[in-house]
Amino acid sequence: MAFILPKGIIREIEKRIRTFLWKDKSDTGYAKVAWNQVCLPLNEGKLGIRDVQALNYALMNHSITPYSSCGHRYDCLEMGGRNRLWHRQLNLSDPLRLLSHPASPASRQPSSGTDDTKRELFKKVISYMTIGIDVSSVFSEMVMCSATSDIVLKKMCYLYVGNYAKHNPDLALLTINFLQRDCKDEDPMIRGLALRSLCSLGVANLVEYLVGPLGNGLKDGNNYVRMVAAVGVLKLYHISASTCVDADFPALLKHLMLKDKDAQVVANCLTSLQEIWTLEASKSEEAAREREALLSKPVIYYFLNRIKEFNEWAQCIVLELVSKYVPSDSDEIFDIMNLLEDRLQHANGAVVLASIKVFLHMTLSMTDVHQQVYERIKAPLLTLVSSGSPEQSYAVLSHLHLLVMRAPFIFSSDYKHFYCQYNEPFYVKKLKLEMLTAVANESNTYEIVTELCEYVANVDIPMARESIRAVGKIALQQYDVNAIVDRLLQFLEMEKEHVTAETLVLVKDLLRKYPQWSHDCIAVVGNISSKNVQEPKAKAALIWMLGNMLKICRIVLTFWRVLLRTGMRSILQRWPPHSALDVSCQCLICLFMGWLSISILLLQYIPNVILGGSFAPSYSSDEVFLEKTTRDSKALGAALAAGIADFHQDVHDRALFYYRLLQYDVTVAERIVNPPKQAVSVFADTQSSEIKIVSLTNSTVSLLCTKRRYAFGRRLTKLMKTFLQPSYMFTDKEYRGPFAFSEELGNLSIGTEPADNVVAAQVVEANDKDLLLSTSEKEESQGYGNNGSAYSAPSYNASTTTGASQGHLDLVSLDQPSTVHTTASFAIDELLGLGMPAAPSPAPLPSALLLNAKATIDPNAFQQKWRQLPDISIDPRGVAAMTNPQALPQHMQVALVDKFPFLVA
Amino acid sequence: MISQFFVLSQRGDNIVFRDYRGDVQKGSAEIFFRKVKFWKEDGKEEAPPVFNLDGVNYFHVKVVGLLFVATTRINLSPSLALELLQRIARVIKDYLGLLSEESLRKNFVLVYELLDEVIDFGYVQTTSTEVLKSYVFNEPIVVDAARMPPLGPAALFMQGNKRMPGTAVTKSVVAHEPGGRKREEIFVDIIEKISVTFSSSGYVLTSEIDGTIQMKSYLTGNPEIRLALNDDYTLEEVGYQVMVPPDGEFPVMNYRITQEFKPPFSINALIEEAGSLKAEVILKIRAEFPSSITANTILVEMPLPTCTTRVNFDMEHGIAGQTADFKESQRRLEWNLKKIVGGSEHTLRAKLNFSQEFHGNITKEAGPVSMTFTIPMYNPSRLQVKYLQIAKKTKSSNPYRWVRYVTQANSYVARI
Repeated sequence: MAFILPKGIIREIEKRIRTFLWKDKSDTGYAKVAWNQVCLPLNEGKLGIRDVQALNYALMNHSITPYSSCGHRYDCLEMGGRNRLWHRQLNLSDPLRLLSHPASPASRQPSSGTDDTKRELFKKVISYMTIGIDVSSVFSEMVMCSATSDIVLKKMCYLYVGNYAKHNPDLALLTINFLQRDCKDEDPMIRGLALRSLCSLGVANLVEYLVGPLGNGLKDGNNYVRMVAAVGVLKLYHISASTCVDADFPALLKHLMLKDKDAQVVANCLTSLQEIWTLEASKSEEAAREREALLSKPVIYYFLNRIKEFNEWAQCIVLELVSKYVPSDSDEIFDIMNLLEDRLQHANGAVVLASIKVFLHMTLSMTDVHQQVYERIKAPLLTLVSSGSPEQSYAVLSHLHLLVMRAPFIFSSDYKHFYCQYNEPFYVKKLKLEMLTAVANESNTYEIVTELCEYVANVDIPMARESIRAVGKIALQQYDVNAIVDRLLQFLEMEKEHVTAETLVLVKDLLRKYPQWSHDCIAVVGNISSKNVQEPKAKAALIWMLGNMLKICRIVLTFWRVLLRTGMRSILQRWPPHSALDVSCQCLICLFMGWLSISILLLQYIPNVILGGSFAPSYSSDEVFLEKTTRDSKALGAALAAGIADFHQDVHDRALFYYRLLQYDVTVAERIVNPPKQAVSVFADTQSSEIKIVSLTNSTVSLLCTKRRYAFGRRLTKLMKTFLQPSYMFTDKEYRGPFAFSEELGNLSIGTEPADNVVAAQVVEANDKDLLLSTSEKEESQGYGNNGSAYSAPSYNASTTTGASQGHLDLVSLDQPSTVHTTASFAIDELLGLGMPAAPSPAPLPSALLLNAKATIDPNAFQQKWRQLPDISIDPRGVAAMTNPQALPQHMQVALVDKFPFLVA
Repeated sequence: MISQFFVLSQRGDNIVFRDYRGDVQKGSAEIFFRKVKFWKEDGKEEAPPVFNLDGVNYFHVKVVGLLFVATTRINLSPSLALELLQRIARVIKDYLGLLSEESLRKNFVLVYELLDEVIDFGYVQTTSTEVLKSYVFNEPIVVDAARMPPLGPAALFMQGNKRMPGTAVTKSVVAHEPGGRKREEIFVDIIEKISVTFSSSGYVLTSEIDGTIQMKSYLTGNPEIRLALNDDYTLEEVGYQVMVPPDGEFPVMNYRITQEFKPPFSINALIEEAGSLKAEVILKIRAEFPSSITANTILVEMPLPTCTTRVNFDMEHGIAGQTADFKESQRRLEWNLKKIVGGSEHTLRAKLNFSQEFHGNITKEAGPVSMTFTIPMYNPSRLQVKYLQIAKKTKSSNPYRWVRYVTQANSYVARI
């Protein structure tokens, strides 16, 4: 019935005590002395009332079991701010002194009784020591007591000495004498123990006392002493390297290593030598040579021949050494591998993995043998996975994971071993899922995906998420994704929030790779109620899809409008405080693209605009245009305003950038924000596994600790960032302006009612305009007319308007004559086999998507070319035009002044 | 090479702390515990057994709720560290007879003594109880076993099976019996953990047996032992084995069988809607093993739809020790049976009430059904010990030889 009392209870108890102390019968009255003073002990002139909390803690402290069991009372619990909880306990030195003193009453007891009492006392001391109480005050008594034949007492004493010597060199000196004497004891056990303690003292100015006993220890007739001495040399080296080297201990160790009968002595010599020579190698050439000599053929063979004598841990050390050895020819390799073959059956996983490491290292240069090795080690590894504790199987699985990543085909028939069991810890399941995705190929995908789908329905949410991701990854790997896409879409129908969220993100990635699935996906995605999508990532994905598929799919249009009015607005309202950066950005992009798409679609329905051929100004069509898109532009305006007012620089800049872009030219904006998208062939995070594999051969821990790289395809963001640079450049002059007022306007535009939003946005724009006017009045005189030609706006190619009607194509071709650089961009596209043929190609293509080169080009060549692509996939002309320092500012500013759709609205 | 070794309780208290190299800061135990405790904010993910934090590699294993941790700054083989930790736990258990927080605290001096011999300056010396016996002198203080949950595979034999000498399993290898004379005995345990997944139509999708032959010797003088196994079952590397069993618990052999075998239980689970806010679950389990064998501590679990508010159970009458419960916080149905006799069949009917109208497929919201059980004296692989010979018979008495079989569910799942 012991537990830490809640603070409230403690306060209540103290209150009662106080009431009893100071007050009469009533509850009121004054305390005469502060409570923490009252709690101080009697011998300090206070009342000695116990601090309830300290008392509670003290009683809770079971780690002082010996103390409580030997009948002491907890009468020293005044914590009262001075932490003197333990002062009474340290009086232990009294009985100890009694014990060490020959005339003490204790010594009159029968000898065994004395030892027992001593043991009890020693135990107590050590127990305080281990819970962090400083008992160094009894050091001398402890040392005195150590002159005993009782080995248990001696051991405890050594433990005590070892703990305090390092920080109390003076005290350590006291122990040297008796330790040295013990080093010459006739019992090898005591010799060994004394030597170990002597070496563990770790006091630099006592090393002179070490050399003698160590030298004797290395030559001792007993293997235990030699074993201890071999490690002792290493300890000495760490205290004082020069003493160790001067005494020529490394040479002695080497001699022992090659000659000693006892395997553990040999192993300890090896570990010590390895460490000493590695540290020494930087200082002396001889040590470096010696270190190399450890890897020479005779030494390696010597160890290999004795390997069965070593215990499992020493075997690991030897195997580690062997793995660094470079055999001279293939015969040698086979000899070694044959010799080590039976290590694969060892019950200790560490030995098995160490031998596997040797095998893999040796055969790195021999491709076919290397593969055979994989086949050979498969069974032992799989057995190991299921035989140990979850932690051990995790370690084995991590290695297996790398092998699977490296050679999935070898493991593809064993996929059932990677099925998750429901009672496994999450970290094991996660690894298994990764392996399942890796081994998936044409023959087993169906079964693996079926299994994964079972996990998706799992009640364990992280597991369900991981499974969906795994399904998605398989889909991204495979060429035949038909069935998988169906499954993914079924997940959306499950209407579980986390499933929907995770699936949306995946469907987004899928669409980036396989745009041909857009039609199927969008029908399902369109049905998702926005209530089910709460997570930022999922929201961003959903918005991205809506934004990008507008052109592809008209159906969305209506949905889009609905979303714009309802969903977006609700997102926007909650914007600044809640949403993640990703969502904000995606929102903006999406709103913007949506608005643009609608504008452009609308343009098609305004015959006079098209037929009149005066495409340049949506200027002239402003009224009609805006009438139709008033609602959307309001929303967009609100979004931009909120964006500009956003605290995050990225969102702010982006909003500003869109805003300017919009003012400049709608079509140009469309082209820049929504360039033709090429299918993504390789996602950055799938490549990171290659990096991991490199590390297979040299490190083990690093494998387990490899961090997930977050290089997830953020091409869109990157792309936009490049544009932000110029936007900074040309906003340089008025940079402070909008920024400053966005702050002052923050209250106005953020968090207001939907109706107010629009107004607020307009205010923003109005202000902006005034501000810009003042800075750009000089250039105002320049006409808008030459704007179009100077910019030499090229038409975006047909792929951007895939879903658009023939009429739209006409629209594009109307614009065509003015383009200058178009062909250049197509040339690039053609070179890559990625893009479309020239837009004005005569054949009326039913769907531009047919031209996707995915089917015809082999993936390797494709990737090759893909890598050569500049990181930004947007038409280079756009960038050039935008960043051209002379041309741009003018146009932009003119445009800013000329066009303000929002104002009219 | 490891720098520190420590054992933490579930609350994060240091029970044992040993610093071998001094190159990792003293507060590492606290840093470690905080990291593990708050691995993910939502607390739903467990920390992996190996992680790196500020240049320190932390390895840990969980044994009976205690965290055994090793730290190092070098790039150490993780399997070596984890194997070592597991082995240290086993050595301590061999010595103390029972591994628990209390026994560790009572015997900390012994534990430190052991640790000093197991690891020297960060390098593993030996983890063999047999070898350690000659170096370690403290006597264990035995903790009352009855109050403590036992550890390890051998603990399976404790459960409701009076035929086994229960105390032996938690007997210390070194401690002397109160009576003075040590009983000569040796245990050979064949423990098989089975994993079976049934499809919704009742077919076996995957099945696997992970078996261990474990030996625990309390024989004096380390006599040679011959162990012969039956050969009618195709197992790799099985024949007869000659060995000198070291003191303490050690695995003779691990094996894995992926061939099909007859699952001990067939599970039949059904969930169907019964009205707008109601559904019915029928769980039927059938014991497919001979009636001479009895399975015990059976637990059947099934996650229910999240909108389930109330469940009414309809259990068969006349079966002792049967309980069914709806764990509301986890939305899970739990059905406990004390024992099931071979060949029998048991059914549970449950009526579910939902808080809201259900749309979509109800089977997607519930399940899978998982089952845990222990079946003593039964092993699906039919691997048998034909004979167990102790080469050097002691004059005074013939040592007791125990051969025990047990099957335990590892992952026994039926999908619906």
